[in-house]
Amino acid sequence: MFKPRHKRLAIAAGALLGVGAIAALVLNAFQSNMVFFYSPTQVSANEAPLGRTFRIGGLVEEGTVKRDGLNVNFVVTDTAKTVSVRYQGILPDLFQEGKGVVAQGQLKDGVFVAREVLAKHDENYMPPEAADAIQRAQKGQSRLEQSVVQQSRPDAASTMPYVVGKQP
Amino acid sequence: MIPEIGHFALWLAVGVTLLLGTLPLVGAHRGRTDLMALARPATQVLLGLIVFSYGCLILSFVNNDFSVLNVASHSNSQLPLMYRIAATWGSHEGSLMLWLLMQAGWAWAVATFSKSLPLPVLSRILAVMGLLTLSFLLFVLFTSNPFDRIFPIPADGRDLNPQLQDPGMIFHPPMLYMGYVGMSVAFAFAVAALIGGNLDVMWARWMRPWTTVAWAFLTFGIALGSWWAYYELGWGGWWFWDAVENASFMPWLVATALIHSLAVTEKRGSFKSWTVLLAITGYSLALLGTFLVRSGVITSVHSFAADPKRGAFILVMLAITVAAALALYAWRAPKVGLGARFSSVSRESMLLANNVLFIVATAAVMLGTLYPLILDALGLGKISVGPPYFNAVYVPIMAVLVFFMGLGPMARWKNDSVPALAVRLRWAAGVTVVSAALTAWIGGQITLGSVVGLLMAYWILYTVLAELWERVRPAGGVQANVLHRLSQLPRATVGMMVAHVGVAVFVFGVTMVGTYDIERDVAMAPGDSTTVSGYTFTYQGTQPVRGPNYEAMRGHLVVTRGGVQVSEMFPEKRVYKVQRNPMTEAAIDSRIHGDLYVQLGEPVAGDKWLVRIWVKPFVAWIWGGCLLMGLGGIWAVTDRRYRVRATREAPTQAGGASVAR
Repeated sequence: MFKPRHKRLAIAAGALLGVGAIAALVLNAFQSNMVFFYSPTQVSANEAPLGRTFRIGGLVEEGTVKRDGLNVNFVVTDTAKTVSVRYQGILPDLFQEGKGVVAQGQLKDGVFVAREVLAKHDENYMPPEAADAIQRAQKGQSRLEQSVVQQSRPDAASTMPYVVGKQP
Repeated sequence: MIPEIGHFALWLAVGVTLLLGTLPLVGAHRGRTDLMALARPATQVLLGLIVFSYGCLILSFVNNDFSVLNVASHSNSQLPLMYRIAATWGSHEGSLMLWLLMQAGWAWAVATFSKSLPLPVLSRILAVMGLLTLSFLLFVLFTSNPFDRIFPIPADGRDLNPQLQDPGMIFHPPMLYMGYVGMSVAFAFAVAALIGGNLDVMWARWMRPWTTVAWAFLTFGIALGSWWAYYELGWGGWWFWDAVENASFMPWLVATALIHSLAVTEKRGSFKSWTVLLAITGYSLALLGTFLVRSGVITSVHSFAADPKRGAFILVMLAITVAAALALYAWRAPKVGLGARFSSVSRESMLLANNVLFIVATAAVMLGTLYPLILDALGLGKISVGPPYFNAVYVPIMAVLVFFMGLGPMARWKNDSVPALAVRLRWAAGVTVVSAALTAWIGGQITLGSVVGLLMAYWILYTVLAELWERVRPAGGVQANVLHRLSQLPRATVGMMVAHVGVAVFVFGVTMVGTYDIERDVAMAPGDSTTVSGYTFTYQGTQPVRGPNYEAMRGHLVVTRGGVQVSEMFPEKRVYKVQRNPMTEAAIDSRIHGDLYVQLGEPVAGDKWLVRIWVKPFVAWIWGGCLLMGLGGIWAVTDRRYRVRATREAPTQAGGASVAR
């Protein structure tokens, strides 16, 4: 009563179901683990989500890095708006005042609590997200004649942007 | 003068590849032996020219010829000699030279070691490899000339990125490129077979060892990179799912699917067009990886100066290669035929499941890697998908894969049945559950992930043992022949078992690190101590030290366990003289049952320093497992049947082939 044709059909259906289930799993995992990027301007405008992990980026504002044992506080700016960041632990080698930074974490009571701080650049280079945030902020502020992004980028003759950071 | 000669040799190589890429193809088509006979010597000349050119580049680095832009940018007169040589592939231009060297080297190896290949087949393969070499030669010459001069000549070079000044730099890139470029051999075999229309069992048998060797090198290369990142970059992890890692992981996944699909093609004549498609995909993904890493769309230690021209060139190259191969496939594949039939429970169906899962795994990595890049390129916002996504996807896929991995080698070709398999594997299944429960209980922390991981690791181990036992157990009451039978096992079978045990070791390491890894950041003054999972770390202080081309602060920690000193550790914070970037040099005490990992952070109030302490149980097993996988592959390639001169036609596809592995 179980003809070979039926059997093949059942197998095909089973395989389809399996692949479908896996696809659903993948897409669902993707959906729920996407991390969006927000610039300090967007964070100040309350565009960033509460209770969800996201990334911010910009420059570490000069003179704002305060260490207290393991805790460290600093301010990230896109030259228009700023966000206060709190982090616990050791910062990456290339974290410096006045340099580009990207941080991942959540917003709590107006402070960005970072779980991860990435400083993916050398002394000339800017993380693309951070550079982008600054550029967008500056489009809004036409009074700034020269972009910080250009200043902080090397001229062509000395271009040697080793990009170092987390990625192996 | 030397750089110009090296540059000229590259142009000569263009000429050779033009000949190699056309005449033997015409010869194979028209049946003209004189044209086909050109392929071998042309390949030898090609390798000679590229070795010569590469030698010129090395010489420029060794002689500190800072009039060469590439040398001035990536080397320094104070750089130790071995890193000056390794610096040849420490730049974008140089790494492409390494690629060329590997490409020509693989072509030469095929020409030299494939004596049994019929001349038309060999000619087509070498011609395709010649064309692939040509595309990379043009890329180097038009966008990335490593011999470009600079004026005025700088007094000294800008030095090699300090993070690359490490023995890992000497081994990881050549190994990985061996694997990457090795995928082009499989690609060339596939394309040559499509052109010639002779996709038979012999073709699979010729292609199989090459693919396996390339796969083994890719495995070594990725594992070395992972290990290097672990100890040198100082992030303490072994895999970060960043785009560069994924770029190498995707070809690996497809190559793994390919070596399994080739097994079916060789043994049963099935899966032929699928195998061809996988071979094409594998090399395409290697090219895609090159595009991702070299075009500057992602930032990492691997990306050099972002030059849109280069990205565009690779993209065009990728498009032409893939489009041509796929068009050929669409045109010729329908003639390939289906091969032998098999039932829904058989070794073929298990290997089919393997392939489907590997492809799904590849697609999942691709989604996580490319989607954010595409979104960004279209200006639709910046997103990132990190480890949580990949972990959520990989654990279930790999769990199912490993389940089939236990069944596959036990299942018979063509037709088997679930009850029969269940009976043969009942002991393995039982012992797996008991072992996993025991291990989790001893470990003292039971999570879903750890239980699944342990089940996977033991399942592989015990199914391999079950298979081994079936093959060598005393037959007919004669005890003495067990050892004899063990020594009679085909090397291909032993290689497969070793590689599969490697997966078990790998999974075990991943599970242990994932579950029991402990990280602690502490601020420590001299004399302070802290205890992490039984180990007491006492900080003794920090002193300045000098290296050949850097200055450093060196910390000193004494580690005790139960009052007995087990280790002294000296983590460093270095500043290299030329580039002035601070760099953390972790101190690692590596043992078979786990690593102690200590890093210096920064000085805080008074004489305190921030110190990061990690205890990572069984982390070395991760790379040990990869080593076993690769070694298993290489052992399998030494199997007798690949060495016999195969002049006869395809063997009969008799049933009951499950024994005749």
